[in-house]
Amino acid sequence: MAKAASSKRSSPEKDATASPPPTPNRPRPPEPKRHKADKAEMLEYYRQMLLIRRFEERAGQLYGLGLIGGFCHLYIGQEAVAVGLQSAMDFSKDSVITGYRDHGHMLAYGIDPKVIMAELTGREAGISKGKGGSMHMFSVEHKFYGGHGIVGAQVPLGAGLAFKHKYAGDGGVCLAYFGDGAANQGQVYEAFNMASLWALPIIFVIENNQYAMGTSVNRASAEDQLYKRGESFRIPGLQVDGMDVLEVRGAATTALEWVRSGKGPILLELKTYRYRGHSMSDPAKYRSREEVQAVRDKSDPIEALKRELEKAGVSEDELKSIDKDIRAIVAESADFAEQSPEPDPSELYTDVLVESY
Amino acid sequence: MTIEIKMPALSPTMEEGTLAKWLVKEGDTVSSGDILAEIETDKATMEFEAVDEGTVAKILIPEGTDEVKVGTVIAVLAGEGEDASAAAEAPAKPEPKAVQEEAPAPESGEPTKMETGARNLVASVEKAEIRDPEVPEGTEMVRMTVREALRDAMAEEMRTDDRVFVMGEEVAEYQGAYKVTQGLLEEFGDRRVIDTPITEYGFAGVGTGAAMGGLRPIVEFMTFNFAMQAIDHIINSAAKTNYMSGGQMRIPIVFRGPNGAAARVAAQHSQNFAAWYAHVPGLVVIAPYSAADAKGLMKAAIRSEDPVVFLENELMYGQSFDVPKLDDYVLPIGKARIAREGKDVTFVSYSIGVGVALDAAGKLAEEGIEAEVVDLRTLRPLDRETVLKSLAKTNRIVCVEEGWPTCSISAEIAAIAMEEGFDDLDAPVLRVTNVDVPLPYAANLEKLALVKVEDVVAAAKKVCYR
Repeated sequence: MAKAASSKRSSPEKDATASPPPTPNRPRPPEPKRHKADKAEMLEYYRQMLLIRRFEERAGQLYGLGLIGGFCHLYIGQEAVAVGLQSAMDFSKDSVITGYRDHGHMLAYGIDPKVIMAELTGREAGISKGKGGSMHMFSVEHKFYGGHGIVGAQVPLGAGLAFKHKYAGDGGVCLAYFGDGAANQGQVYEAFNMASLWALPIIFVIENNQYAMGTSVNRASAEDQLYKRGESFRIPGLQVDGMDVLEVRGAATTALEWVRSGKGPILLELKTYRYRGHSMSDPAKYRSREEVQAVRDKSDPIEALKRELEKAGVSEDELKSIDKDIRAIVAESADFAEQSPEPDPSELYTDVLVESY
Repeated sequence: MTIEIKMPALSPTMEEGTLAKWLVKEGDTVSSGDILAEIETDKATMEFEAVDEGTVAKILIPEGTDEVKVGTVIAVLAGEGEDASAAAEAPAKPEPKAVQEEAPAPESGEPTKMETGARNLVASVEKAEIRDPEVPEGTEMVRMTVREALRDAMAEEMRTDDRVFVMGEEVAEYQGAYKVTQGLLEEFGDRRVIDTPITEYGFAGVGTGAAMGGLRPIVEFMTFNFAMQAIDHIINSAAKTNYMSGGQMRIPIVFRGPNGAAARVAAQHSQNFAAWYAHVPGLVVIAPYSAADAKGLMKAAIRSEDPVVFLENELMYGQSFDVPKLDDYVLPIGKARIAREGKDVTFVSYSIGVGVALDAAGKLAEEGIEAEVVDLRTLRPLDRETVLKSLAKTNRIVCVEEGWPTCSISAEIAAIAMEEGFDDLDAPVLRVTNVDVPLPYAANLEKLALVKVEDVVAAAKKVCYR
């Protein structure tokens, strides 16, 4: 990193014998700066993160009640990533694609919580008519392209979306999320190679929540500094505190400037943490309760922003009223999801093919 | 010593080629490794190097000569200390035609045609008569190869729709590993004809993502054997997404490339994946036989809103057929074609198997058995109606498939005949397929493993109780 390189040695004028500092052989973006948000902006981030937190807590409850089936991967703890990154994007032209832990990314893109929850309960009103479930949700209208259940598949798919942005010259950028587990998939590197070779407008985002199911990063990755994973493809990487929404937002701005200026892809590693298990059926024997509690106490993204808001003069009442609104929205989406009818049996046969032959 | 230079076989399927250019002239001294000539094969233009040292005594085949058979003496080299002019006299007749006729002297180390059972699969193409109800009476026909038909189909669709682009290994600058994309780079540029790294999984995903974004990619696999690395995106990302999204996410993509056995390339490069893809709801699977079908169905595939797996056949690329000369020849997906009419037994086949079935039908006709040949053309959705109608007419079905028997398209046809046409059956449905083993390399074993006309004939007689 430029900053580290320049501060390492005394300057050449002072020490004539020292070799000049190495010139980086490839350009890098500047170090991101923590985003300076005004009160209104911070309140909006707070509101969005809280919506994801409360939505996911309710989804966990509904799962426990048997209303949600199959796999259900909750985003609790990682809220600052989706909100910080997606708040910097231009919804009118940019696209987003992600893996199976997708509820948070959808909510951060302004998709109606009711249709997401109804999809989780497998109802006709669900965003995929109840045929996708937790891991397979899409909104072409919002340029949200899923929701993919195969670990790592969304990375080349995202490169394909970026290919489209470049091919059509529409000015859009694709944001492709994947986890620390997916970061070890071969297809990720096939996509890195092509994205860099063709200078595709894509931000690769590794949400490093420390555990791929039950395997910690250190047990699965020979290079656990995942932001370096693009280096041999000439993709610059930045490591970002994914528990601080303003740091994330700052990194998003840097990354978007880089990509929009035609320099090709960039890789962000967001260091984050999930409080819940990998999925609802995860007994979480691979880490201690204390470890989880320590992160909650020290680094919770929502609590941290709350403290900043208080410092900025936002009253407790104001925060409470936001909390109340969010709870109402979530309750409404849960009611909607429970009361909506199941898909009509005839839906079994629709949408297999678009055309009839 | 006089050395004869012979037309080399430069690819597994090459039987003749064009002597495009001589890079040496008579009297030139050459040493091993020097490039003597450029030879155009069925796949590419290749340089031909000298193996021996000497002086070029005589060039027997002038440059620009087409259809020079492999093994033909194309030049004579005079060895060290030998008089080049005397050597030139040696092959008595300098006339190219004459030399060609005299060439095959077995003891001369002749590079004779490579032995392969694959050749038998395409034997009947010349005789194949293709009639299609979709083609209006009196339409002018143009003779062209399957390869040219596919290229023309892609080019025509690319001209009318900017969203259509081609990507794959060697599709652009190399002009296609099997020359199917020849000329496309020149016409459409590198924005729309894109060479990829050798990363099938990755570029199948990139193509699928581009389709999700609204483009219409044609993804070429050098062969479908390599698409096995990409099958996750074909099935999980392309085939299932429309359903999983409740109809929101369309994937209008064509995955295309050669499928099935080639000549002498052994098990990893010789496999028919038709049944694999035809198994998957959400995919359209097309496997044409003739050039006309290749063209009309390729155009339909590119226009389809659904993901299409388009299975071509390497051995068919160079085969010529009549193709209707129409501005926009598009065939319906999901419709089989009666390739030959008959009343005694129905052969159901697709792709290269159709030629085998037609050949068998020709042989049977000599013995008074009239076989009807159904060319399925589309494997998913399968045209059950045409199959069942033919069954109702002949009361017998023999499936002909260049592929394994187990869980095959033939197995599916047998099931359909039993479930929906049981009362029409006068004999059990028989499957004539490749042998149920990985395809061997050795020429004799390869021949034994591939589907054969004689077996089709025997099966037909058996179901006709003859």
